[in-house]
Amino acid sequence: MVDFAGYDMPLQYSGIRDEHLAVRQRAGIFDVSHMGEVLVSGDAAQGWLQQLVSNDVSRLDDGQAQYTVMCNQEGGILDDLIVYRGDQEHYLVIVNASTREKDVSWMREHGGGELDLVDASDELALIAVQGPRSVDILEPITTLDGGGSLREMGSFATSRARIAGVPDGVNQRISRTGYSGEDGFEIVVDAGGAVELWDALMAAGGEHGMVPAGLGARDTLRLEAGLRLYGQDMDEATDPYSCGLGWTVKLDKGDFIGGDALRQLRGAPPRRFVGLRLGPRHIARHGQPVIQDGRQVGVITSGTFGFTVGTAVATASVSPDFDRDGDVAVDIRGSKASAEVVPLPFYKRPRGDG
Amino acid sequence: MADLSEYRFTKSHEWVHLEGGVATVGISDHAQAELGDVIFIELPTVGAVLKAGEKFGTIESVKAASDLYVPVGGTVAAVNDQLSDAPERVNGDPYGEGWMVRLNNVDESGSDLLDEAGYKAIGG
Repeated sequence: MVDFAGYDMPLQYSGIRDEHLAVRQRAGIFDVSHMGEVLVSGDAAQGWLQQLVSNDVSRLDDGQAQYTVMCNQEGGILDDLIVYRGDQEHYLVIVNASTREKDVSWMREHGGGELDLVDASDELALIAVQGPRSVDILEPITTLDGGGSLREMGSFATSRARIAGVPDGVNQRISRTGYSGEDGFEIVVDAGGAVELWDALMAAGGEHGMVPAGLGARDTLRLEAGLRLYGQDMDEATDPYSCGLGWTVKLDKGDFIGGDALRQLRGAPPRRFVGLRLGPRHIARHGQPVIQDGRQVGVITSGTFGFTVGTAVATASVSPDFDRDGDVAVDIRGSKASAEVVPLPFYKRPRGDG
Repeated sequence: MADLSEYRFTKSHEWVHLEGGVATVGISDHAQAELGDVIFIELPTVGAVLKAGEKFGTIESVKAASDLYVPVGGTVAAVNDQLSDAPERVNGDPYGEGWMVRLNNVDESGSDLLDEAGYKAIGG
């Protein structure tokens, strides 16, 4: 177990490789209760969220979620978030554990007096089931409050739900979201019912080959899937265009914090975000220099071994004059490992069977 | 659990087993567990001469790259070639199939070794 933002977190159970491959082929269950949950309510909620985040919250219908970033006035990323809309007056925002306190202070500071904002992180747990068998595992034990089938639920859809085995009165919200590149679900649950939920999911997942998975596999899976990690791939000195998240910025939605700066940055962001494929013996790590034509042109933001793609993969932040077609190397502890620039993500799940 | 009464350990988590003038070297079970899944191991060439405490290679896991240090001095007589195709042997059997190098002309001068109890006492 490792300490992660004050939580004792499992880094691995059976091993990162086993867990990684289980999630790609069958399913894995992750305890990600360290993530923060912020509840925003009231008739001012939508207008206020619009001010705060880069994406267009008004495009969400009831029961939908979206990925977005929250920027400071300079367009630097304070955090990346998922915003869930229950209804027009009830939103749930998932924030990163390491930035939770900073995020909540920022939100309060920029929310005005009337804002109804509750940091419910200590009262709520978050359990993710990820992998192609997720729907087979969850469907038989899940009843959606609004009716309808879990299988028919769209990507980034969200609903209150009841899961068999969890005591009555325990609030649960299930969403077809995740951080693995696979089909899957995330369940927000009252902390008091989290153990029962975990046990119910483990019991249902057994026959489908689901395994518990830790933070180690979570990182290798998300990186193969080209998903960003706050604090590593981006921080307050990074704007969304510089880390390939320009698609989360909707400049046409009207004014929002950081919008003016982002309008300026859009045409010529100071950095570019690229995917690198290395040989199987060359794992690049965060902070290592990226070299082109004998000079440093960038830095590795994340690197690992991609168990599904079968080689080392990395993401890098590079200067705008970086030549995608030129020779690229990573300085790994003094020795140069050649790398190939490839489009993100490194891994895309096969479609059609779920 | 392997019988470790004949093994000695370094504070940097390597083990050495001396038998018939040959020192076999690997990393401890504690070390492999801390490293997690081993991706590859860079080992020295046969014939290399090393002093106790000198770096003999690098081990790369999903989590980190770490240098490897010989517990005793000697001449590299053999390296475990199996590890280039199956580095996971270090995770599965650190005291057996996961051995890394064998040294002859063993020289213990400058070495600082712990027995099993001593190694456990420092958290190993």
